[in-house]
Amino acid sequence: MAGAMDLPAKGGFSFDLCRRNAMLAEKGLKMPGFRKTGTTIVGLVFQDGVVLGADTRATEGPIVADKNCEKIHYMAPNIYCCGAGTAADTEAVTDMVSSQLQLHRYATGRESRVVTALTLLKSHLFSYQGHVSAALVLGGVDVTGPHLHTVYPHGSTDTLPFATMGSGSLAAMSVFESKYKEGLTREEGIQLVSDAICAGIFNDLGSGSNVDVCVITKGKTEYLRNHQLPNPRTYASSKGYSFTKGQTEVLSTKITQLKPKVEIAEGDAMEE
Amino acid sequence: MAWQQPMDGSHASGSKVAAADGPGTQRTQYPYVTGTSVIALKYKDGVIMACDTGASYGSTLRYKSVERIKAVGKHSLIGASGEFSDFQEILRYLDELTLSDHMWDDGNSLGPKEVHSYLTRVMYNRRNKFDPLWNSLILGGVKKGPKGEEKYLGMVNMIGTHFEENHIATGFGNHLAIPILRAEWREDMTFEEAVKLVEKCLLVLLYRDRSSINKFQIAKITTEGATIYPPYSLKTNWGFAAFENPSKGAVGSW
Repeated sequence: MAGAMDLPAKGGFSFDLCRRNAMLAEKGLKMPGFRKTGTTIVGLVFQDGVVLGADTRATEGPIVADKNCEKIHYMAPNIYCCGAGTAADTEAVTDMVSSQLQLHRYATGRESRVVTALTLLKSHLFSYQGHVSAALVLGGVDVTGPHLHTVYPHGSTDTLPFATMGSGSLAAMSVFESKYKEGLTREEGIQLVSDAICAGIFNDLGSGSNVDVCVITKGKTEYLRNHQLPNPRTYASSKGYSFTKGQTEVLSTKITQLKPKVEIAEGDAMEE
Repeated sequence: MAWQQPMDGSHASGSKVAAADGPGTQRTQYPYVTGTSVIALKYKDGVIMACDTGASYGSTLRYKSVERIKAVGKHSLIGASGEFSDFQEILRYLDELTLSDHMWDDGNSLGPKEVHSYLTRVMYNRRNKFDPLWNSLILGGVKKGPKGEEKYLGMVNMIGTHFEENHIATGFGNHLAIPILRAEWREDMTFEEAVKLVEKCLLVLLYRDRSSINKFQIAKITTEGATIYPPYSLKTNWGFAAFENPSKGAVGSW
């Protein structure tokens, strides 16, 4: 009979498979784990705009999956978003809202506003009831001025002068709470953000590697990828090693020609 | 508050475990009245320790004038976070310890390292009997040793983990104060510099730890003895433009 099954899904989380998943879990099926970003992300408002910062370590449980990942995501030329939580979720949700913002710019003919990104993000996350595990620090400068917001996985938001998220948020927040003041200059803002991210890198196990910084001001955005590299490879010898020719003694040399062993066949170029 | 079954009779001092745990008994404890973080660091003349004077009963701020740092003997200070009644019990054990040490009348007095060692044994043994004292303790002091005045600062917690460091924090202090202390502590700070650093950490804890209150006590221990200063408050700053009007220029957000 025509009815419920024919209607298209209206969006939001579909709970159809939950009962089946619970039953499978009960029978012993181990659900695949999530790759989390175990992170320190921060943002602050300074006199001319906002500075965002992030570490670059992505963890899969106790293992560092990516030593130098990018956690500051592009939303619009004047809006960037740091993401903590499940890496796939932060990537996907920021990509999606970034595309929506671009379409909106085409439709309106104006520069995107930070509140637009904020509203798109929060309504998406709320409709998924916290299952999209993305905790974001959204910052940008638009025609109404500089803005900084935090977005939580369940869809709530805060508007703040300085913010931190992720597992290293307490270490970073301790730096902000003790050193932040209004009206910082660009250099002071970048320094404070770097200090906060370093506090997360060195005091939190889920954060590490390098410091990424993004400075957004009216009309100009600077993405300083790997602004600081406080964890370089250290070699046993402080001078490093050099491997010049002639250092290693050559005992014997055997040269095998490959050309006679290889059959070169003429082929057609691929069609299409 | 979940009211657990009362533990069986031999909980008086925890050390008498004549009756083995039967199948029906439980020794799990929950903390009821708890103190939050304590922070401490070594400075030029000795050790400085600080904490707030609050004790919470779950999510209620029940007691607002509680001293969680006490002097021990002539050479040490002890600070505790966690279950307050267990701290009071520990103070009684330390009283017995210092008294019997004094009765030897041999001119020796227990130094901070010895007291820390004693506490570590007490805590670890209680943990092994599944009857822990639910505290994180910081023990700091100065005593003249063979190499001159030796400053000592160590901590021990409810499972018996113990270590020595130049700066220590318990509870939330581990996440909020240690990053600051690791970045800004130096050898041979003056008392004034040490107080400033401690106040910096206490302020962050006040802002970001929900069980912290704005009433702090600082204590110091030097070769002259222990001094516990009267409680006082820190000045807080809430005057950020974004706090005053969060939805300015962003009508419809919050």
